Amino acid sequence: MSLTVIRGGRVVDPASNQDGVVDLVIEDGVVTRVGDASSIVEQLATPQDHVVDATGRWVCPGFIDLHVHLREPGSEYKEDIQSGLAAAAAGGFTTVCPMPNTTPVNDNRAITEMMVARGQESTGARLVPFGAMTKGLRGEELAEMADMREAGVVGVTDDGRCVENAAVMRRVMEYARTFDLLVSQHCEDHSMTRGAQMHEGAISTRLGLRGWPREAEDIIVARDLILAEGTGARYHVAHISSMGAVRLIREAKSRGLPVSAEVTPHHLQLTHDALLTYDTHCKVNPPLRTEEDRAALREALADGTIDCIATDHAPHSVLEKNCAFDDAAVGINGLELAVPSLLPLVAEGVLTLTRLIEALTASPARLVPDVEMGSLKVGARADITIVDPLATWTPRRDALRSKSHNTPLLDQEVSGRIWQTWVAGERVFQS
Amino acid sequence: MTFSHRSLLDVDTLSRGDVDTIFKSADAFFEVSRRPIRKVPTLRGKTVINLFYEASTRTRTSFEIAGKRMSADVINMNVSASSVKKGETLYDTVKTLEAMHPDIVIVRHSASGAPSFLDKNLRCGVINAGDGMHAHPTQALLDAFTIRKKRGSLDGLKVAICGDVAHSRVARSNVRLLNLFGAEVRVVAPRTLIPRGFEEMGVTIYDDVEKGIADVDVLMILRIQRERLRGALLPSLREYSRTFGINERRLALASDDVIVMHPGPMNRGVEIEPAVADGAQSAVLDQVEAGVAIRMALLYLLTGEITELKETS
Repeated sequence: MSLTVIRGGRVVDPASNQDGVVDLVIEDGVVTRVGDASSIVEQLATPQDHVVDATGRWVCPGFIDLHVHLREPGSEYKEDIQSGLAAAAAGGFTTVCPMPNTTPVNDNRAITEMMVARGQESTGARLVPFGAMTKGLRGEELAEMADMREAGVVGVTDDGRCVENAAVMRRVMEYARTFDLLVSQHCEDHSMTRGAQMHEGAISTRLGLRGWPREAEDIIVARDLILAEGTGARYHVAHISSMGAVRLIREAKSRGLPVSAEVTPHHLQLTHDALLTYDTHCKVNPPLRTEEDRAALREALADGTIDCIATDHAPHSVLEKNCAFDDAAVGINGLELAVPSLLPLVAEGVLTLTRLIEALTASPARLVPDVEMGSLKVGARADITIVDPLATWTPRRDALRSKSHNTPLLDQEVSGRIWQTWVAGERVFQS
Repeated sequence: MTFSHRSLLDVDTLSRGDVDTIFKSADAFFEVSRRPIRKVPTLRGKTVINLFYEASTRTRTSFEIAGKRMSADVINMNVSASSVKKGETLYDTVKTLEAMHPDIVIVRHSASGAPSFLDKNLRCGVINAGDGMHAHPTQALLDAFTIRKKRGSLDGLKVAICGDVAHSRVARSNVRLLNLFGAEVRVVAPRTLIPRGFEEMGVTIYDDVEKGIADVDVLMILRIQRERLRGALLPSLREYSRTFGINERRLALASDDVIVMHPGPMNRGVEIEPAVADGAQSAVLDQVEAGVAIRMALLYLLTGEITELKETS
């Protein structure tokens, strides 16, 4: 029998309304006690082998990221499942959901099984994949969702592409509902964003870069909410970025529709001003928008209109980023620096610590009911993230687990760091 | 005379003092082009590379003449045809150029921001000869220089920019420079050709061409490209010409001594009637002449003086 006692930390577990200094006992990968563990520690012959002193640190349920790109199969020079899951663990994530836009696309059981198997043989976070909604992400024919679900898929999406045809999208929702799969949409009316490089507005005009207007996001969100209402599907807006989309989700939720949304750390923290120097590290899709959009996203995350935070971890090599802006790929390497980029939101009073941790744990867990996770209550699997909130450090290239380093925070001093990450009672990361 | 820039990527890095310095130099070089022997030894031994990723006749020729009149060795590289097709990255091209030790690289590129990328990766200076829809600083400088030569100053002048502002780097750089000098800038075009947020650059938008050009001192007319019909931006060139084209009747609404400008190439009969293009108020050829002087001044200020500064520091 294996036994670990995490002592003296501030346990923050929104799922069980827990927030206070308390011990946590883990036996055989399961939480067996949340409370004073002195009597257990006193009986240990070699306490040093079993006790973790978490004084001054936050002990949270393992973080869950519903939206990552691990690039395997197909672009292993940017990231692979092993490096991606190690990066996730280093960022405090114990479960991550890779998107299906790999090469070949994860639109069939064989690819899903391969990804799950690669995840099981890797160390780090657990891999729980999303499958494609349509074959080849082409937006034409349904993918074999039931088959992929049996192999471990918990949701479907064509992420990176939006299903443009409304009739197809309706069928996707009807079919996904049959198998209770979460339907996550990359909301972009591609007819409005051809050649787009950044948010359409004063900055894109000034820089002479083609704009990606809010309307292209809002139109799809509006259409899909109408379809979700008609079909009853569990519908999820991936990486929401515009204030209009926030308004639409709020309205749909007020009527009790089973809809949800996620937001990335970069949309919460940056605006299109970050592109003034043509910094390709800040080129993302959907794009960084205005101060007003950012304020709307923050407010919506705080009040629960936006359910959860997802990094949209999008590793790219220097080949895709050290080039002219038009040629640069979209995406930020997000897993390892999520916590330092999110903690200022608590310091600034945008979010309570409880809400921040909830948006990384209990809220995403609710959207993926197939996998039990997101809580530290007795009997839960011991997926645990311990945060050192005061540590300051500088993320250097060689200190990151990801194969890629495309983040605007590279070489910038940050505060807040993951101290330890545990998956099913095993320590998978120690800073 | 102080001029502390190494590169010219956009006009927004220039102060009024910088622009005055450029204009003073350009005044001197303007005369050089009118001498019987149009050559000075100022840049002897300096290497200037004209790196053009986009087809260009007038701008490339203007830079080439400017360099040659200053005795620089000017090399033209038309990259669109060669390296890009072979898959060479912009980064590799830049590093290859670096190994040839140029003193200045003049770049035109279809991607906005490409000159900034070159500037970050090169030790020598870079002049932006037009990048995507972003900036064309030498055009804005030569336009302002032309107006200044005719009017003495830009302060308080009313300037209307007519045409495809959305796709125009010329318009963007001109708006910034004209605002720097206290001109009032108007934009006259159908809304499909005006980019979102353009008012925030300091312009007033006019939907009615007659109101927009009323009493203006300067009329800058921009080219309307046939491609715009495909993107559903315009129904026809005919309708554009009828609604926004500048003809003699409309020109009469402007100030009596209005200056008519066009960066070229012109689509006669679309955005500008031949009678206006060739009329007494047209400054189109003055712009071309000013272009050589402005580019000579920039080559002098960016290569000559800065290199000396580097050697002594």
